[in-house]
Amino acid sequence: MASTVVQHAAPPPLAERHGRERATRSGIWVAIFAITMSFAAFTSALMVRQGSGDWKHIVPPPVIYLNTVALLISSITLERARNRATSGSRPQLRNGLPWIVVTFVLGLFFVLGQYLVWRQLAAQGLYLATTSNSSFFYVFTVMHALHLLGGIVALTYLIAQITSRQGQPRWSLFDGAATYWHFMGVLWLYLLFVISTRL
Amino acid sequence: MEDAAVQPVQVHAPPEGFIRKFVFSLDHKMIGKQYYGLALMAVFMGMVLSWFMRFHLVWPDAKIPGLGAIAPTGAPGGVITPEYYLSLLTMHGTLMVFFVLTNAPFAGFGNYFLPIQIGAEDMAFPRFNMMSFWTTLVAFIVLVSAFFIPDGPPISGWTAYAPLSAVGKDAGPGLGWGQNLWAMSIALFCVGQLLGSLNFIATTLDLRAKGMTLMRMPICTWAWFITSCIGLLAFAVLLPACLLLLLDRMAGTSFFIPSGLVVSDRLQNHAGGSPLLWQHLFWFFGHPEVYIAILPAVGIVSHVLITSMRKPLLSAKVMIYSMMSIGFLSWMVWGHHMFVSGMNPFSSLLFSFPTLTITIPATIITLIWLGSLFGANIQINSASLFALGFVSMFVSGGVSGFFLAQPSIDIYLHATYFVVGHFHMVMGVAAIFGILSGTYFWFPKMSGRMMNETLGQIHFWITFVGTYCIFMPFHYLGLVGNVRRYSSFVDDFMAPLMPVHKFISIAAFITGAAQLIFLYNLIHSRFRGKIAPENPWNATSLEWSIPSPPPWNNFGDKHPVVFHDPYQYGVKGSKGDFVMQDSPEQVVGGWDK
Amino acid sequence: MGKFFGVILVLITLVSAYPIVTHKFVQPVDISTHGHAIDEQLADTMAEAGLAFVGAQLLLAFFVWKFSNRKDGSKVVHLPGGAKLMVATAFIFIGTEVLALGVLGQKAWADVYFTAPKPDAMQIQAQAGQFAFYFRYPGADGRFGPLHPDKIDEGNQNYFGLDPANDVEARDDIVTAELTIPINREIHLLLHAKDVGHSFYVRELRLQQDFVPGLDLSLHFTATKTGKYEIVCTQLCGLGHYNMKAYLNVLAQDEFDKWLKDRAAEQ
Repeated sequence: MASTVVQHAAPPPLAERHGRERATRSGIWVAIFAITMSFAAFTSALMVRQGSGDWKHIVPPPVIYLNTVALLISSITLERARNRATSGSRPQLRNGLPWIVVTFVLGLFFVLGQYLVWRQLAAQGLYLATTSNSSFFYVFTVMHALHLLGGIVALTYLIAQITSRQGQPRWSLFDGAATYWHFMGVLWLYLLFVISTRL
Repeated sequence: MEDAAVQPVQVHAPPEGFIRKFVFSLDHKMIGKQYYGLALMAVFMGMVLSWFMRFHLVWPDAKIPGLGAIAPTGAPGGVITPEYYLSLLTMHGTLMVFFVLTNAPFAGFGNYFLPIQIGAEDMAFPRFNMMSFWTTLVAFIVLVSAFFIPDGPPISGWTAYAPLSAVGKDAGPGLGWGQNLWAMSIALFCVGQLLGSLNFIATTLDLRAKGMTLMRMPICTWAWFITSCIGLLAFAVLLPACLLLLLDRMAGTSFFIPSGLVVSDRLQNHAGGSPLLWQHLFWFFGHPEVYIAILPAVGIVSHVLITSMRKPLLSAKVMIYSMMSIGFLSWMVWGHHMFVSGMNPFSSLLFSFPTLTITIPATIITLIWLGSLFGANIQINSASLFALGFVSMFVSGGVSGFFLAQPSIDIYLHATYFVVGHFHMVMGVAAIFGILSGTYFWFPKMSGRMMNETLGQIHFWITFVGTYCIFMPFHYLGLVGNVRRYSSFVDDFMAPLMPVHKFISIAAFITGAAQLIFLYNLIHSRFRGKIAPENPWNATSLEWSIPSPPPWNNFGDKHPVVFHDPYQYGVKGSKGDFVMQDSPEQVVGGWDK
Repeated sequence: MGKFFGVILVLITLVSAYPIVTHKFVQPVDISTHGHAIDEQLADTMAEAGLAFVGAQLLLAFFVWKFSNRKDGSKVVHLPGGAKLMVATAFIFIGTEVLALGVLGQKAWADVYFTAPKPDAMQIQAQAGQFAFYFRYPGADGRFGPLHPDKIDEGNQNYFGLDPANDVEARDDIVTAELTIPINREIHLLLHAKDVGHSFYVRELRLQQDFVPGLDLSLHFTATKTGKYEIVCTQLCGLGHYNMKAYLNVLAQDEFDKWLKDRAAEQ
């Protein structure tokens, strides 16, 4: 059975650009997948270690809950930015800029708040190497904060691009940063659950 | 959501200047060549290390000229100490598995040819691509620097089992800063690979040309895609493992170190850690890693064989699904490295079954190749010889897996030369053959010149026979119980086996020397080889539709469109017995799928 | 060149198979009660793997010999049966074979790991440390004294870190550098790692088990032949790994009793 496909096609207009937009979206999800796998590895390390008996529960300093609220609100503000940028008579990213900045500030608040959590733990005598569960507490929270800093850097870049150019940055830059940011929130909720129930 | 601004269609501007063209290049082709060059450096380094090892095993008191100057503590007067042997072993394994087998077939050829084969102008994220190479290069430099610190490289093997690798310098030479550098290097390597995998996946999913459905991608593209999916998840686990190891070593944590250890008369100040945790994390990465090493070679060999045979495989779809099955099953078998490790013996049985099951897709792949050879018209050249040699090696290396997959037999064969023979045959020979086949095949496209065919065939015959001479005897040694990772064989048990070891060492030196023929051929042909036509092999995939070497944006101003799969061989085409993938001409006399 | 490939590959295959077929490289004689199951499994696997190896290589050699650089102008054709035949062959033959090996091989594994030591098995503790094995017998009281890592003192031959002054059970413990056991008596070997990972391997016993720091692992076995056999470390443990060995001495019961009495007197 011969395949008989005869076709002549004109070069597709702007196919490359649309491809690259899609690629940014794919890229963010691929990165999210990889980061999830890393935290799964840390979690499995925790589960293996919990087998040994020397586990005294750590009560997380209460400021951690304030940080959590800040991070969750920052996801809401980022979605408000999206709303502003896509609605109205002249939709453009610049319209969402104020809410993006609020998100950025809340993100910084979270990281600084985490730093406060670490200082409070240290005041209780719990450092990285003190006990098994303190080690995991620091590893989980520091790794999350580092990844969130990556998101903050992305927001910084986005803000710089919006404010400095005559035109606009690609929509996929905002969309990618937003997806990543929300993932950081979801990841944090998971880690908070692990910290409060398992450490 | 439409942007108002018009975006340029190119992913990046044409490269200007030496630095942008050859150093910090955004061009996937240059990055691919950089990865390949790094792998070439690493493979020769790794080979020389193995020569020192083989020399020392047979002539332990020999003074190796020059070595005393390079390693005054490790090899005083040129005589290799037991710890230096273990350093050589550790660095040999690390260089080969990471910097050769993950680099060349995947990051090297994949970076160069994946975008072209799917009709794209470059990878999706050229800046990340450049960062991935430079991160890998920095990782390489960090690793190699361990040779030049006073205490030397680590002695814990490429597997770096805890607590040996975790307690620090009390446990032996090289386990201080040597091990730190190793862990940092591997962590950096993970980052480089993650960036690379990100690129491969996004590019494959989103930058395919018009008409290029997933099933119309060449088999080697599929192999790179599946490999990058595996790599993404595998390296995402190794990175945390290395970080936890570094924390144990440098920050006093105890992820892997239990209490009560007395090392070199010193009670270690750790508690609560689990050495088995390291093994689980490492092998959860480590087993998929070996499929990362072999699948691109499977893809490249299939690609070369199809062109050489002048007919398609019995079924490309079956080949692709088999590769996917291997990728899927590879996540379930890691415990077969740990049968006698002290983990729950019931788990050993659980791991054994998927391990044995992987035989099925691996056999399907082998039978598809064998079955496809029937009725073919194989054009014999260096590329196809190495591809055929790969099939032979894949079988040889694979059947020893039958033994090791069974926990009961593994009780006897674990940690013997049988295991070393098995993995060298599949990784150290078969995967290398895949790289070599790809090199002979794609050199004309990458450089615009042909390699010397006579030298290529001489290289093949010596290497094919030579590697069998080296690694087949490893299995015999294992069957009598010759233990691995020993720097010397000091007892009566080993005396009757020394002639076998001598034979292996001599075969290793000869075969290694033959690789210089390849190196000479590579370099000489780059500058003096015959000018290559656009399509010297009369092949169908998209890389053969563009000039040799390709322009910076691959397809120039054209946007390629494809009309069928790249296996239209043995048909009546206007140019001969093939029809190119981007040719709209009618395909007459096709194949039943 | 295609024909040459075929010829060379046939030679390689025959030369590779020769030492196996003529039994030039075989395991040393089995002195254990459970080992015959392992040896049978190994022999079965060798037969099946061997057939697969020889069959596949000869097929490859033949096809390359016959189907390369053909000058006869005939068309390229597909194998009758196509991919379906290959997939079916893989599933039916290889699938059955390997799964059979897996199922049948369970018994050999279970003999070692899923049976508990008999209540009257003789307990001996083995300690692995860089770079020697030491063994401890519980003595007349049948109990081991506790281990104190901080009391380990190699210079004074306190390899295990015993404290006989304060621990009553430790006073009659017998520490030796050789694992001496009576023939035909089940031994329950307790494995203790002092510093890093090591492994216990006696080829003739068909036994191999890692020592894992922090884990209480054990083996049980019965030796059926007297003699002296090597115990070698098979888990990379540092620079002295190549030289880390001890001896398993299997003695007749009365000779063992005398040996143990002599050792007790020396402690």
